[in-house]
Amino acid sequence: MDKQRRKFLKIAGASVVAGIGAPAIIKLSSSPAFASGHAAPAADHSPAADVHGGHADAHGAHAEEAPTGVRLGMVIDMRKMADNPGLLDNAISACIDAHNLPQFPDSKNAIKWIWKTPFENVFTDHSAYHASKKTAHIDFPALCNHCDDPPCCRACPTQATFKVVSTGIVAMDFHRCIGCRFCMAACPYGARSFNWQDPRPYIKKYNKNFPTRMKGVVEKCNFCGERLALGQEPACVEACKGTGAITFGNLNDAKSEVRAVLDKEFTIQRKPTLGTKPSVFYIV
Amino acid sequence: MYNKGTIIPGLIIFVLFVTFPIWFNGFTTAGDLPKPELPPGGEKHCVESAEYMRANHMQLLNEWRDNVLRDADREILEIDGKKYPKGLQMACMKCHSKKEKFCDSCHTYAAVEPYCWDCHLTPDQAVSKEATH
Repeated sequence: MDKQRRKFLKIAGASVVAGIGAPAIIKLSSSPAFASGHAAPAADHSPAADVHGGHADAHGAHAEEAPTGVRLGMVIDMRKMADNPGLLDNAISACIDAHNLPQFPDSKNAIKWIWKTPFENVFTDHSAYHASKKTAHIDFPALCNHCDDPPCCRACPTQATFKVVSTGIVAMDFHRCIGCRFCMAACPYGARSFNWQDPRPYIKKYNKNFPTRMKGVVEKCNFCGERLALGQEPACVEACKGTGAITFGNLNDAKSEVRAVLDKEFTIQRKPTLGTKPSVFYIV
Repeated sequence: MYNKGTIIPGLIIFVLFVTFPIWFNGFTTAGDLPKPELPPGGEKHCVESAEYMRANHMQLLNEWRDNVLRDADREILEIDGKKYPKGLQMACMKCHSKKEKFCDSCHTYAAVEPYCWDCHLTPDQAVSKEATH
C-alpha cells in the first residue's frame, strides 16, 4: 500500500511539472527575445517591420514612417500668419460658415474646429521662457491634428470616430456618436468639442449642403472631407490662398507641395513625444 | 332577465367603446391613406422607381450615409442625365423640397419619428438663415 502511494505521488508530481513546464518552454523558445539572433527592432527600417512591430516606432517623431497610402496633412507658416494679422480670422470664419458652427456666448460651450490660442497652449512641451516677442504676442491656430495614430479612435466605443483609409483623415460619423466623450478625454490636443445644448439657435448662417449637429454629440475638424470630394481645398486653406500661410496635401507623396515645404523648412509638431504622429506641422 | 334596463345599455356602450378605432377611422379622416405631395418642381424620376423608394428609401439613405462617411465614396450618381450627390440635403430635398408635405405625410400616418431632422436641415430651415456662398 505504502509503495503504491509513493509511486502515485511521484507520477502525479512529474506530470504536473511537465504540464506546467512544457507550454512555458514552447512559448519562450518561440518569442523573438529568446530566439537566436536577438534582432533589435529599431535597426530594421523595412516597411513590413513597421507594420508588424507595433513597438518599433514607440518613439513617435523619431521613427521613420512607411510611405504607403495617402496621409493628408498641413503646414502652417506662422511667419506669414504674423505678417497678415487678419488671415487667421478669415480662415476661422470660413470654417464656421462651411460647417454650420454655432457661436455660443459662453466660452464653456464653445464648438471649436480651428481656433486661436497662444504659443504656450499649442506647444505645451516647448519652453516659452524668453520666447521671441512675436511668438509671445501672436495667436496660433490649433485644430485637429489628424494623427497617424489617433488615440481618440481607440477610445471610441462605437467607432463613430475613425481613420478614413483612403485619405488618412480622422473622421466622425455623427450618426453613431453616443456622446460619451471618451474621445475628448483621449485627445491630447483638446481638438474635440461637445454639444451641451442644441446648437441651431446659435448658428448665424446655414450652409445648406452641410448638416448641423444635435445636442449630445462630439464634433471636430474633418479636414473638409466634403469639400475635398468636390475637388476643393479645405475652407481654411482656401481662405489663406495666395499667402502660403497654410500648405495642404499628401504627406506621403514625395512630390507634393507640403513635402516641398517640409523638406525646406524646420517644422515642429504638437506634443510629438506622445507618439500620436500629428499631421499638422508648424513653422514658427 | 333581471336588470334588463341596465345590462342592455351597458352592453351597447361597451361594444361601441371596444370598436372605437374602427368607427372613428370610418367617420373621420384619421384613417385615410396619406397622399405625399410630389415634387413642386414637377420632377418625375427619382434615383429608383417609386415603388422601390416607397419601400426602401430608409435602407438607401443608410447605404448612402455609410458610403459617404465610412468609405469616403462620395461618387456623384448620374441617373437619366441628372446628377445626384449622395446626401439627404444634397439630393433628396432638392426635388422633394417640402419636408412637411412629403416626408411627414407618411411618417405621421405610420407614427414613425425618424431623427434625420435633428441634424439635417430642411430647405425651409436652410433658407431661414441663408449663407452667402
